[in-house]
Amino acid sequence: MSMERIVREYTSIREVRGPLVIVEGIGDAAYDEIVEIELASGEKRRGRVLETTRGYAVVQVFEGTSGISPTTAKARFTARTLEVKVSSEMLGRVFNGLGEPIDGGPPLISGVWRDINGDPLNPAARDFPTDFIQTGVSGIDGMNPLVRGQKLPIFSGSGLPHNMLAAQIARQATVRGEEEEFAVVFAAIGVMYDEAMFFRKFFEETGAIKRAAMFVTLAEEPPMIRLMTPRVALTLAEHLAFDLGMHVLVILTDMTNYGEALREISAAREEIPGRQGYPGYMYSDLASIYERAGRILGGKGSITQMPILTMPNDDITHPIPDLTGYITEGQIVLSRELWNRGIYPPINILMSLSRLRGEAYERTREDHANVSDQLYAAYSRAVELRSLAAIVGEESLSDIDRRYLRFGEAFEQRFLRQGFYENRSIEETLVLGWEVLSILPETELYRIKDEYIRKYHPAYKKAAELEARKIKE
Amino acid sequence: MPAIGKIVRVTGPLVVAEGMQGSQMFEMVEVGEERLIGEINKISGDKAFIQVYESTTGLKPGEPVYGTGAPLSIELGPGLLKSILDGIGRPLSAIREVLKSPFVKRGVKIPTLDRAKKWFFEKREDLSTGDKVLPGEIIGYVEETPLIKHAIMVPPDTSGVLEWIASEGEYTVEETIAVIREYGDRKRELKLMHKWPVRRPRPVVEKYEPALPLITGMRVLDTFFPMAKGGTGAIPGPFGSGKTVTLHSLAKWSDAKVVIYIGCGERGNEMTEALLKYPKYKDPWTGRPLMERTVLIANTSNMPVAAREASIYTGVTIAEYYRDMGYDVLLVADSTSRWAEALREIGGRLEEMPAEEGYPSYLASRLAEFYSRAGRARIIGRPERIGSVTIVGAVSPPGGDFTEPVTSNTKRFIRTFWALDARLAYSRHYPAINWILSYSAYVDLISSWWAENIDARWKEYRDEAFSILLREEELREIVRLVGTEGLSERDKLVLEVARLIREGFLQQNAYDPIDAFASPKKQWEQLRTIVEFYRAALRAVDEGVPVKLIREEMAILLRDLVVTTRYRIPNERSEEISKLREKLLYTLETITEKYRTKVRRT
Ligand SMILES: Nc1ncnc2c1ncn2[C@@H]1O[C@H](COP(=O)(O)OP(=O)(O)OP(=O)(O)O)[C@@H](O)[C@H]1O
Ligand SMILES: [Mg+2]
Repeated sequence: MSMERIVREYTSIREVRGPLVIVEGIGDAAYDEIVEIELASGEKRRGRVLETTRGYAVVQVFEGTSGISPTTAKARFTARTLEVKVSSEMLGRVFNGLGEPIDGGPPLISGVWRDINGDPLNPAARDFPTDFIQTGVSGIDGMNPLVRGQKLPIFSGSGLPHNMLAAQIARQATVRGEEEEFAVVFAAIGVMYDEAMFFRKFFEETGAIKRAAMFVTLAEEPPMIRLMTPRVALTLAEHLAFDLGMHVLVILTDMTNYGEALREISAAREEIPGRQGYPGYMYSDLASIYERAGRILGGKGSITQMPILTMPNDDITHPIPDLTGYITEGQIVLSRELWNRGIYPPINILMSLSRLRGEAYERTREDHANVSDQLYAAYSRAVELRSLAAIVGEESLSDIDRRYLRFGEAFEQRFLRQGFYENRSIEETLVLGWEVLSILPETELYRIKDEYIRKYHPAYKKAAELEARKIKE
Repeated sequence: MPAIGKIVRVTGPLVVAEGMQGSQMFEMVEVGEERLIGEINKISGDKAFIQVYESTTGLKPGEPVYGTGAPLSIELGPGLLKSILDGIGRPLSAIREVLKSPFVKRGVKIPTLDRAKKWFFEKREDLSTGDKVLPGEIIGYVEETPLIKHAIMVPPDTSGVLEWIASEGEYTVEETIAVIREYGDRKRELKLMHKWPVRRPRPVVEKYEPALPLITGMRVLDTFFPMAKGGTGAIPGPFGSGKTVTLHSLAKWSDAKVVIYIGCGERGNEMTEALLKYPKYKDPWTGRPLMERTVLIANTSNMPVAAREASIYTGVTIAEYYRDMGYDVLLVADSTSRWAEALREIGGRLEEMPAEEGYPSYLASRLAEFYSRAGRARIIGRPERIGSVTIVGAVSPPGGDFTEPVTSNTKRFIRTFWALDARLAYSRHYPAINWILSYSAYVDLISSWWAENIDARWKEYRDEAFSILLREEELREIVRLVGTEGLSERDKLVLEVARLIREGFLQQNAYDPIDAFASPKKQWEQLRTIVEFYRAALRAVDEGVPVKLIREEMAILLRDLVVTTRYRIPNERSEEISKLREKLLYTLETITEKYRTKVRRT
C-alpha cells in the first residue's frame, strides 16, 4: 500500500445521491480508501472511495445516506483500506458484518489486521484438494462425495430444508482417520432473525459453538454491509487455515441476498445492467468470494466452502445460481418435488454434482465410482421412464422398463431418504447402493466392472457366504 | 522519449492520466509509485485511458505514469514450456518463490524467462557467416525439453547478413548468439529470446486449408465431429457440462506437438490440477511427461480482470511462436466467455456505447481476430516448414442459452462445434456432447486420412452409425406418445443399437486409464463391431426374429461389447475386439437358425 497514513478532513460535500456522497476539493483520495462521514448528530458512518479525481471523490456510504446533509456532514479520509482484525480468539464469538463483536463479550485482544478483499491465491501455490469428507449423508457421500478444500454450494428454494442439511453436514462432517474437527466460520448475509437464531442455537446445542465464529447481518441492514460480510468471514477463515493450519468449514447463507445487494448498489451507481439487472461484473465479484477456498502447498490447513443460496422461483438458470455454478466445484441441488413427497434430504441427485468426487473415490472403496455412476445412469433412466409411464401407462412399458421404475422408487425411499440425526458411514451407504441396484438384472449394470459385481453384488455375496459357511462346516 | 504523465482519475481497473503526449494506442505503461502494469486503450488529447493489470486499490490522482514506448509484449524463447504464466506472462512459480507467500501481490516484476538458466545452443549446420538471413530464419536450436527441439529464429521484423554466430555452447536467454547487419548497415544482436507484441499476429507466407485430423482419442470427436490440425472449434455448454474436462482431455491426449492451455477467468484449482498432474501423466504419443510439451497460462477468475483480457493474446502469440518452428500447436482457452466479459467490463468503464447484452460492439471483430490466428501455414524464412495452430475455445453461455452474443458470434468464426448438453450430463453421459446440435466442417477433408491409414470403409460406417442416432431421435418422439411396445421390430432394433452406440461408443470416461484414450484403430474396431452387429441383426429381424429374443439371448454379450471393449481392451490389443465381433455375429446366426427351425416346426 503506497498510502502514507495521513488523515484528511473535508466539509465540502457537493452532492448526496443514493448511497453515494460526492466530496469536492480533494485531489488525493486513494481508490478504495475508507472514509468516515460524521453527521451533525455526531453519528459516524463509513464508506469507501469508488472514484477519485483531481477535484472530487465519489464515496459509497455503507450504512446508507439517509440523514446526511451536505451542509453539515464532514468527510474524513482515513488513509486505510477496509481492514479487519482477525485472530483465533474469534472462535466461539458472534460478530456483525464488519467483524465487530455483538455478543456482549469483550473486545478482541490480539489479532492481525487484514484487508478484507484478500489477495488472489497463486494457482502455483495451491495444493489440490484430496481428502474425502464423510458427511454421513448417502445422497452426498454415495453420489457426490466432497473433499476438504472444495467449494460446494447448496442450491435450494424458499421453504426447503437447506439450513437443516447444512447443519447436519456441519455436525457430522469428518475426515476419517483424523481426530481434528472442523472450525466453522459462519456468515449469515441479510438473513431473517429466526434463521440466524437457528444456527446459533444449533451450534450451542451441539457444543460446536466453541469452534465456530459467526458473522451476522440481518435483512434490514444496508446492502453494502451485506457485500462485506462474506469477505470479513473469509478473511478470518484464511487466517485460521493458512496462518494457523486449521481445517475450516465456511458456511455462507444466503448468497441470493448477497447478489441482490450487488444489484441494488449497481443500480444506484447507474451502471449498465447485465442480465436481469445484475451487473456485468457479478461473475468476477462472486469469484472473488468463492475462490477463497482450497489448500496450499506445504500448508496444513484448508478452507472448505459451503455457500447456500435460494434460487428465485426455483430457477437454476437465474443469474445468481447460474454464475455460482460456473465458479464453484459442483452443487447440491434440493428438489421441491421430493420434499413435497416427504423425502429428507430432498437432494435432486441428477442435477447435483461434485467435481472433485474423483479424488474422493480414490480414498473410499474401489467400487465406489462404478456404483455411483451406475446409480446415476439407472436413476436417470428411471426418472425418464416415470414421466413416460405417466403418459402412456405402465403397461405399455417393457418388463425391463418396469424394473427400472421399481428401482427408482427404492433408490429414493431407501438410499436417499434418511433422518436428520442419521449418520451413515460410507460402507453403509455403499451397501444400500448395491441393495437397490440388485433390483435390476445384472446384465443391465453396464457401468460396473465384473470383478466388483462378483465381490459386492448381494447375489454373489450371499453365495460366497454360503460357500464359506459350507467350508467351515 | 516515452511520456511521463500524472494520474487524474482512478475508477476500478481504469486509470486516466494526463501529460501523455506522444504515447500510442496499446502502449504498455507503468502506473503509480508501485509501477503497476497497464496498457493504454484510449487516447484523447493529452489524456490516456489505461487499463491496469493489477489491483488499483490505494492508487491516487497525482501519482506518476511512465510510458514504455512499446506495446504489451511477451518474451519468446526457451523456458516457456513447463511453465505457468499469468495473463501478461509473469511466471507464477517464480512469483511464489520470490514473494514467499501463497498469494499473488501486485507490483511484482519478474520476467517471463529465467535469466540465470543456460541453454545448450547449436547453430544450424548449413549456415555460415556472410549468409543472408531472412525474417523467421532458423539459425540454431536448443533442446528445450526432451520432447521439443526449440528453433532459434531471426525475429520476424528483421533480416540481414549474418556477421557472427556463436559456437556451440551454453547461453542464457540474454546473451548474444548472433549478430546480423540489417538493411542500412545497422547491427542487430540476436539472443535466444526476442519480444513480440501480443496483439499483433506473427506473419506467415501463406495459410492452407487443414488436411490432417487432430486425433484426440475421444471417439465422439474423432469419429463424428473431428478437429483438424490448424482448425478452429468451440465447446459451449452450461456449467458442469464438461467443457473443462474435454479441454483437459484434448490437452492431454491429442497428437499436437505443443499445447498451450489458457485458464481465462476460471478456477484456480483447475490450473493447479494441470500443474501438479501433467508432469506425472505420459503423452500417449511419445511416452514422455505431458508437461514437457505444455505451457499453462492462468488468469483465474479472482485475478485482475484486465489481465484476463490480455491472457488470450499472450497465449496465442506463444502458440504462433511454436508454430513458426514447424510444430503443430494446440491452443485451448477456457473460457472465451470470461474473456468477452472482461472486454465488456473494460468497455463499460470507458463509457463506450454497449451493443447486445452490454457487450461492446467490437465483440464480433475481436472474436474473429482471435480465431483467425489459427491455421496451417507455410512459415517465413528457411528452412521451409509448415506449422499449425489449432484453437479450441470453451464458451460459457448464461443459463446455457446458445443464442446469447458470445456463443452466436463465435459460431460465425469456428468450423467445429461441440455442443454440450446439460441433460446428457445429468444422466452422466460423458462427454456430454449433443450429437444433434454438434457439427464439424472437417469430416470430408480428413476422411482420406482415415481411408489411407485405418480403413477404406471408415466414412461409410461412420455415416451409418450417425444415421442410427438420428433415427433414434425421431423415434424418441414417437415413444413419448405410444411407449416402446408400439414400435415396429425394425425400429425397436434401432433403439437397441442406438443405446449400444451411446453406451459403447459415444460415452467415454475421462478418468478411466483404458477408456480415456482410444486410438484411431481401436475406435474403428469398436465402430465396426457395432455397425456390423446392426446389419446382421437387421437381417435377422427381417426374417422375423423378435428384437426381444435377441436382446435376452445376447444380454451378456452386448454388455461385454460395451464394458469389455471400453474398459478392458487397451489400444495395443484392439484386434481383440474383432474376436468379440465374430462371437457376436456367430451367436446372432445361431439364434436366427434356432428361430428358423422353430418356425419351420410349428
Ligand atoms: N468425459 C468425462 N468423463 C468423466 N466425467 C466427466 C467427463 N466430462 C465431464 N465430466 C464430469 O463433469 C464434471 C464437470 O465437468 P467440467 O468441469 O468440465 O464442466 P464445465 O463445463 O467446464 O463447467 P464450468 O463451466 O462450470 O467450468 C467433471 O467434474 C466430471 O466429474
Ligand atoms: Mg470449466
